[in-house]
Amino acid sequence: MIKNIEKRETGDQKEFAKKLRLVDTHIRETVSEENRKGALMGVLHKAQNVFGYLPREAMELISQRLSVPTAHIYGMATFYNYFSLKPKAKFQICVCKGTACYVGGGARILQTLKKELKINEGDITADGLFGLNITRCLGCCGLSPVMQVNDDIYVRMVPEKVKAILETYRRLDKVGKKKKAVRRK
Amino acid sequence: MANQVNLKINGATVTVPENFTIMQAADSVSIRIPRLCYHSKLSPFGACRICIVEVEGMKNYAPSCSTPVREGMQVLTHSPGIRSARKNILELILKNHPADCRLCDKNGECELQELAEQLGMKEISGEGERKKFALDNSSRAIVRDSEKCILCGKCVRVCSEVQGVNALTFSGRGFKTNIIPAFGMPMGESVCINCGQCVNVCPTGALMERSSVDDVWKNIHDPDKIVVAQIAPAVRVAVGEAFGNEPGVDMTYQTVKALRMIGFDVVFDTQFSADLTIMEEGHELIKRLTNKGKIPMITSCSPGWVKFCEAFHPEFLENISTCKSPQQMMGALIKTYYAKKSGVDPARIYSVSIMPCTAKKFEAAREEMNASGYQDVDAVLTTRELVKMIKQKGILFNHLEKSEFDSPMGDSSGAAPIFGVTGGVMEAALRTAYEVLSGQELPEVKFSQVRGLAGIREAAVSINGQEIKVAIVNGLTNVHKLLTEVGEGKRTYHFIEVMTCPGGCLGGGGQPYPQGTNEALDTEVYKKRAEGLYNIDEHKTIRKSHRNPDIVTIYRDFLGKPLSPVSHKLLHTHYHLRQPKGIANDTKEAVSLFS
Repeated sequence: MIKNIEKRETGDQKEFAKKLRLVDTHIRETVSEENRKGALMGVLHKAQNVFGYLPREAMELISQRLSVPTAHIYGMATFYNYFSLKPKAKFQICVCKGTACYVGGGARILQTLKKELKINEGDITADGLFGLNITRCLGCCGLSPVMQVNDDIYVRMVPEKVKAILETYRRLDKVGKKKKAVRRK
Repeated sequence: MANQVNLKINGATVTVPENFTIMQAADSVSIRIPRLCYHSKLSPFGACRICIVEVEGMKNYAPSCSTPVREGMQVLTHSPGIRSARKNILELILKNHPADCRLCDKNGECELQELAEQLGMKEISGEGERKKFALDNSSRAIVRDSEKCILCGKCVRVCSEVQGVNALTFSGRGFKTNIIPAFGMPMGESVCINCGQCVNVCPTGALMERSSVDDVWKNIHDPDKIVVAQIAPAVRVAVGEAFGNEPGVDMTYQTVKALRMIGFDVVFDTQFSADLTIMEEGHELIKRLTNKGKIPMITSCSPGWVKFCEAFHPEFLENISTCKSPQQMMGALIKTYYAKKSGVDPARIYSVSIMPCTAKKFEAAREEMNASGYQDVDAVLTTRELVKMIKQKGILFNHLEKSEFDSPMGDSSGAAPIFGVTGGVMEAALRTAYEVLSGQELPEVKFSQVRGLAGIREAAVSINGQEIKVAIVNGLTNVHKLLTEVGEGKRTYHFIEVMTCPGGCLGGGGQPYPQGTNEALDTEVYKKRAEGLYNIDEHKTIRKSHRNPDIVTIYRDFLGKPLSPVSHKLLHTHYHLRQPKGIANDTKEAVSLFS
């Protein structure tokens, strides 16, 4: 299976096959024959971390290696929020719609983000830069409304701040790419 | 024997084994606790909460399907509080379910409808948001309508625990939960083998066979078409159940009459082609045994099993007999042998088979199945669809006079009806193989060692001094276990009979829904259907396929001899690897559904 993917020559596919191999090696090194059925959760975690999501090919590989039907794996992958079937964005935005933030105007923040990014909640932008999600309570209701971008928390949000925050991350992305480009030289 | 426990149900003392649940205890004293997600032969699930009961000392109502009995327990099954809570639960289920019952194919046979009637539902307050999912009719055999699904999970469990196929799973969570094949694939592209056991256990119309009723009516009403029917053995001992008869009552000739009244021009018997299958398959076995061909040879009449082999156990593809199933043999012969004999252009023939099976719909549509130059079988009706047509035509089935099958493919031996029960194909094959190999008359026609409903059975038969080791297996979880062990060399056989469904065709996915308080996979119903088939066998004067005069004629006039070039063209087929590859459940013990 991995070999078939490796045969496709493009750079993306090579990278993909490399990640699959990583998951495969992880299974071989950590899962014993008797423990195959119980290992599914851990292996899915590994795959989610390696790819940033669970591609079908990874689930099929895991199914073969652990001898677990794909239906079970798909059921688990869609049940837990931790797993994602679609690639996640580089910057994950979570807007809180818990009680305090909702009362404090969280919905307006969400509206502004949707308008700025031209996406709905649950989706990611075409360039893969931003993903938009709703969350319930980040544990700082006193500072509502709150939103989170990856590990950064933004408190007492107002719609006017949204544009500038997004711009910060766009710049961050460009700087990151430039650095990489320099390194390559 | 387990220790006994005393408890009180509705004030009366009940003594049951300690491993019973409250529901089982209530069942044992004829108290019916309503249920939706419970099935006695599947693992308890506790999802629908309809079976809740009041247990003294417990804070919340307990699901009786999954709460074990305790000494001194006091249970109320139908107290005012319970009845009202049950109604609330049902109301929530009904609010998320389409309300156009009268337009639903399951109308009149829906457990949800029945439950609403039992609980005395009078009104539903307001309207809530209802889940929206697209209809999946990608499969040739089974239609999945997720909007009608109540998420009881019986389909998921039967597919996994009984068939080991694991085609379905719960995906997502909360309001978005849906039962769907892996990766959200359409059913038609999934590992589903079309057996229809999910349809048998589905309480609503969420899983149903893909109906051919309208197509068949259209062709019956087309004056240019000659519509030919064939009926499988297991249909005749089950069709009566839908009209209030006991299971197992032989309705062969009433069914023939009904088919003529519906408008079929010619009615043949699949039992004729069952005899033919024995001729071809028996000689194939003899050839494999004498020429050191691939053994064990495995039967090929069960189309669910054939797809299972292609997707789950491709290493056994060469072991499957190349013989087509009786349905497909008959299909090929109707458009060649019968067309020639009656001088009809095969293009005008519309060939319909009536089967206890949903997988037969898939089989008829396989691209290999056009040896006659046309699709050999144009439409497959399940027993249930036949019942619908009988009702739509206004036929009072129980009062019909009898009618005979048409010649030249209407006669059958006693070896043919038992095709419908697990072990029957084996017994029929042994009757013929014995006489062909030894050249002697079989001393005892009945091979009782291959009979029974157990999941895996073995026997050894001595023919001409050679011991033939055979196995009979039904239910795909058992098939997987057996084949795995054959692959590992732990078991060796010459011949294996495989039936996809527990009990064989009589328990097929297209049979009438359980009546009254019976449930699908009911042991007593299956035993009676099996008895019915063995009775038909016993009442035949000719009980061996090779003695059937119609069979002798067709070989003399048309086919030549078994495994002849004409036979090979019309009656044999091939198999191929299928993607996606399936992974079946590994079980250490055979699944025994019938005791």
